[in-house]
Amino acid sequence: MCLAIPGKVLSIAGDEPLQRAGRVSFGGIVKEVNLSFVPEAQVGEYVIVHVGVAISRVDEAEARRVFDYLRQMGELEELEPPKNQTG
Amino acid sequence: MKFLDEYRDAALTRQLAAKLAQRVTRPWTLMEVCGGQTHAIVKFGLDTLLPPGLELVHGPGCPVCVTPIELIDKALEIAARPEVIFCSFGDMLRVPGSKMDLLSVKARGGDVRIVYSPIDAVKLAQDKPSREVVFFAVGFETTAPANAIAVAQARQFGLKNFSLLVSHVLVPPAMEAILASPDNRVQGFLAAGHVCAIMGYTEYEPLVRKHRVPIVVTGFEPLDILQGVLMCVDLLESGRAEVENQYTRAVRREGNRPALELVREVFRVVPRKWRGIGEIPQSGLGLSEAYAEFDAEMRFGVAGVGAEESGECISGLILQGVRKPHECPAFGARCTPDHPLGATMVSSEGACAAYHRYRRVQAATH
Repeated sequence: MCLAIPGKVLSIAGDEPLQRAGRVSFGGIVKEVNLSFVPEAQVGEYVIVHVGVAISRVDEAEARRVFDYLRQMGELEELEPPKNQTG
Repeated sequence: MKFLDEYRDAALTRQLAAKLAQRVTRPWTLMEVCGGQTHAIVKFGLDTLLPPGLELVHGPGCPVCVTPIELIDKALEIAARPEVIFCSFGDMLRVPGSKMDLLSVKARGGDVRIVYSPIDAVKLAQDKPSREVVFFAVGFETTAPANAIAVAQARQFGLKNFSLLVSHVLVPPAMEAILASPDNRVQGFLAAGHVCAIMGYTEYEPLVRKHRVPIVVTGFEPLDILQGVLMCVDLLESGRAEVENQYTRAVRREGNRPALELVREVFRVVPRKWRGIGEIPQSGLGLSEAYAEFDAEMRFGVAGVGAEESGECISGLILQGVRKPHECPAFGARCTPDHPLGATMVSSEGACAAYHRYRRVQAATH
């Protein structure tokens, strides 16, 4: 029930209270989402959406922390491809 | 998809599991509160990656599962009325009331519709002014802001044909009830990340002080959950009872202020009965006095409907983490997702449904 998924804000419209809305892309599927509760969210940023309403803006710096944590453990390096390898 | 797939990396998940195995020195029992987390744990087999002695028990965090039977009966009564379009999330349609479910009402001619968002129900009320549109507002704190927006929009648009049948529940009072129970086995919690995206996590600080249990606000993907488990075990192993936040990309300590402001305007805290558990004081939301005109129970005169729980179903014990689904004699035999005895087998987030769906697949592939 509390399922909420991240999506990228493509556009924002509507300034009326309760009606700030935007087109949000979920891996290519675009839906209209109410953005009233994420007034700080801008086009190009990610928001977490639950039943048609954005409940939080994704903090991109924080989003990397779990990977930083694993890297600090010194266990991520061996999983990374060599620097000269592409793709 | 960004901020999703990268948290499902199998190699990194195993790295976290290995770290966890190094950290654990004795048995611990943790509870993940949210049904979405339960679903991810069973789906990705995360519990099978845990070191011996570290157990995850599944919490009450499935609103469909804890909606009391009399509210289902009220929904059935309202939905059967000819003037009503009854809107609900899909999960609620097959939850058994005392005699039938919403799908049966629909089969008998009731206008029961599944909507993706409560805002869709408001649009429907605008489009169908001659009909009464009722939305079944079930959920935890995560869903309350969306339902609050729907009611506030209905007022803004001057709609007289929109109402909510409210069955909102709150997480911290349920955690308190679990910790206060003499049967309690829970030594640490993974708190539900999306609930905290709205509420923040200051409410957990008194719980931690009172019961000396660590609580880690945790996300929903495999890496999130295992990191949440690791943080919680770390606190337990070092003897610290604190609140920590694993899900920092979505949760701030103070929560979502604009959402909380509207929720506090539209709703008020009320006592609420939890299916299988009983009444918990101050554990639910009802419409505030200012929005009482949107209360479907009053509008349709069903406030007095009562009903008793029945039978063999042990969902109450499962929701409190005392028993696990496969320990129920009816599991998979007399109780299946097609013929559920209780709501934990109906909802896709119910622990019984998750075990039924994924544990059979695992059994077949091993």
